Amino acid sequence: MVDIKKIKEEELEIIIVKGEVDASSSIQLDNAISESMETEGLKILVDLTGLEYISSAGLGVFMSYIEEVKKKNIQLALFGLNEKVAGVFEILGLDQLLTIAADKEQAKAKVYGV
Amino acid sequence: VSTKAIIRIAAFFSAIVWIMLLFTDLSLVFSSFHQLKPGLASWWPNLLLNLFILLVFVYYKLRIERIDNVNFVDLLWRVFVTGLITAVASVVLRIFQFILSGTPFADNVLFLDFLYQFNLGLFIAFLVSTFLVWKRLILYQKSKFLMRTWRVFETTLLLTLIYNVLPFEWLDGFFNFLLGGLLLLGLFLSGNMKWVAYLNFKQKWKGILLIALGLFYLGYFFYTIARLATDINGLNQILFADYRENVFIVALLAFIFIYAVFSLLVILFNLPTSSVFEQKLEEVVNFQRLSQSIQTEQSEGKVYEILLETSVSTVFADAAWLEIEDAQGHHSIYTYRIPEREVREIAQYLESKKILGVLDTGSDKSRNLSRKMAQLKNSRFRSILAYPISIRNQQIGRLALLKEVSEGFNKDMARIISTFANQAGISIENFRLLAQALENERYKEQLKIAKTVQRALLPELLVNDADFEIVAFSQAADEVGGDYYDTYRISESRIALIIGDVSGKGTSAAFQMSQMKGIFSSLCQLELPTEEFLFRANNALSICLAKKTFITASYFLIDTQQQVVEFSRAGHCPTLYFNASTQKAEFFKNKGLGMGIIRNETFRNYLAAHSFKYLPNDVMVLYTDGITEAKNAKGEEFGSDRLLHSLEKWAQHTPEYIREKLITTLYEFTGTDHIDDDYTVMIVKFK
Repeated sequence: MVDIKKIKEEELEIIIVKGEVDASSSIQLDNAISESMETEGLKILVDLTGLEYISSAGLGVFMSYIEEVKKKNIQLALFGLNEKVAGVFEILGLDQLLTIAADKEQAKAKVYGV
Repeated sequence: VSTKAIIRIAAFFSAIVWIMLLFTDLSLVFSSFHQLKPGLASWWPNLLLNLFILLVFVYYKLRIERIDNVNFVDLLWRVFVTGLITAVASVVLRIFQFILSGTPFADNVLFLDFLYQFNLGLFIAFLVSTFLVWKRLILYQKSKFLMRTWRVFETTLLLTLIYNVLPFEWLDGFFNFLLGGLLLLGLFLSGNMKWVAYLNFKQKWKGILLIALGLFYLGYFFYTIARLATDINGLNQILFADYRENVFIVALLAFIFIYAVFSLLVILFNLPTSSVFEQKLEEVVNFQRLSQSIQTEQSEGKVYEILLETSVSTVFADAAWLEIEDAQGHHSIYTYRIPEREVREIAQYLESKKILGVLDTGSDKSRNLSRKMAQLKNSRFRSILAYPISIRNQQIGRLALLKEVSEGFNKDMARIISTFANQAGISIENFRLLAQALENERYKEQLKIAKTVQRALLPELLVNDADFEIVAFSQAADEVGGDYYDTYRISESRIALIIGDVSGKGTSAAFQMSQMKGIFSSLCQLELPTEEFLFRANNALSICLAKKTFITASYFLIDTQQQVVEFSRAGHCPTLYFNASTQKAEFFKNKGLGMGIIRNETFRNYLAAHSFKYLPNDVMVLYTDGITEAKNAKGEEFGSDRLLHSLEKWAQHTPEYIREKLITTLYEFTGTDHIDDDYTVMIVKFK
């Protein structure tokens, strides 16, 4: 079960993900991210503070945007990962390809390129 | 002794006893008539009469109780036949008497007594047999109370036989008292007429006829014997066994008469309503047919036909139709005495008038739309009764019944059709579920094959060496899974080890796993450095791997000559290594990236090669995330710490033992016998 909300702050869109992302709920996450990606010039922050578990299908969602983010030079950052979730990203090596920040401020700083 | 033998013995002895009775009575009458001193006690005839009654009773009891599958008309037929035989025998004797009339013999008291005894014997046979038939009718629907009452009645009746032979004058006062009690009990028992309800119209008429004839015989015998008794008494005030002094016979006669009259009246009054009972019975039978159709019929179509047929016959509809959508979404229509064109006209008319609740899908209620139908021009039908047919609250069809008279359906009919429609819905649902179950069974069979095929992709034997021993264990969450492990001897001193995990699980993961196996086993032979191996594997997988799917793997090269292990990690769970010299275990934390995440040359940048020297008794544990992510009831994960501690605890044992312990610990932790992910463990112990 996953609960996804979006907050807009100027040119910043924050996608708040709460709960567990498994094979079925990964589709919701995928839709939410792709929707935000389509809007041009948007900087995207994904708030994973409330994310308790992510399955390989969920990781597959993040993985599928790596190429696009790079190509279109989209500013996208993840933040607030708990220890377990961070470990999962790290083991797979996704931390090397995605912008991952500790908190919102740091994430903001990263997308604004400060 | 068989029942049949007892019946024969009873018949034989009753005949003997009757002859004895006849002669003792004759001798008593003779001696009394000629004022001679009787050589016999006066109670002899009574005793013999009682004995005769008892034997006849036994005879008929056994005969009538032997009949299985009681059919009421057959029982009444028995009464009629017994009555007929006895009456004919009596009439034959009467003719004989008539022929002899005028001769001095005809008025002889002995001859009259003979006639009297003969008729009485026949009468008793008729009474006793009828009594036992009545018993079966009364006890058709038994209750404990009824059984008890009947037993009291029957026992008392038989006990009066003893009363008859008791030679005490003062007992005579009890006669009326006993008779009254028995009559009251008989009257009470006569209220049990439930069997009448089970007769159909024709059977009721037969019943009336047979009972009326039974009453006629009763009257005939009563009259004949009464006349003879009076005649004998008129000739002389003599001692002879008058049945009118026998409580048993009088009570029996009265009871049989009462029950016969009651039955006759009840059947007569039930005649007009018997068609309703028959209809109810038909409804039950139809309902059963509908329920059973699912087990016996081969197609849904047959269920629909039965539904239509039974509905029509139950409510006497003039026409009907059934529209249904089958599991494949095909629309079909079944009609009874109505062309499809007319069905469409009526449906269109109802829809155009916005008459909801009959044919629309939104309502589960039916309406009796006689009034609305009255306005339908050019139609012979004036009433309609319709019901939706639903499966799990979803309408799949509708059943409509039509009548040419207005207000043709009553509430009762609506109720029964509703039940039919519901039952049909259940039957059809069962039918579809059955078909589905069969299909599932087929899929399961296919999956079983897939499982065996996939199992064959995993190695049956692992490479073992003088320097190390390897054991492994793999379990898929579903029939097939996405975990893979293998060993490969490249040369005398170089052995390759691989463990891989496709993201996701189930069939799709299994397909990717088989691709991985193909790529790995071909690349193994190239003797590539570990980094290069994974890079090339990624290149190959990039072409064939589904989007959003990735594979994590670790690749090891063991060099037994130099006692060195070189390895690279592609996003796979960190290898756990137990160092025998320090007795500590640790995870190798090194750089890596899952395959398929980056599908170009830059993947090389995310790989690294590592190597270490191994020593005897060191243990290396390769595993997939199914183990560390296995959850217990509280939602906690098994985690890498538990894995590490488990290894430290058992590292000094054989690899088989470590494997067994690890798996047991894992299952003890999760508390189930099924882990919802593919998991694999591979244990290498160096020597």
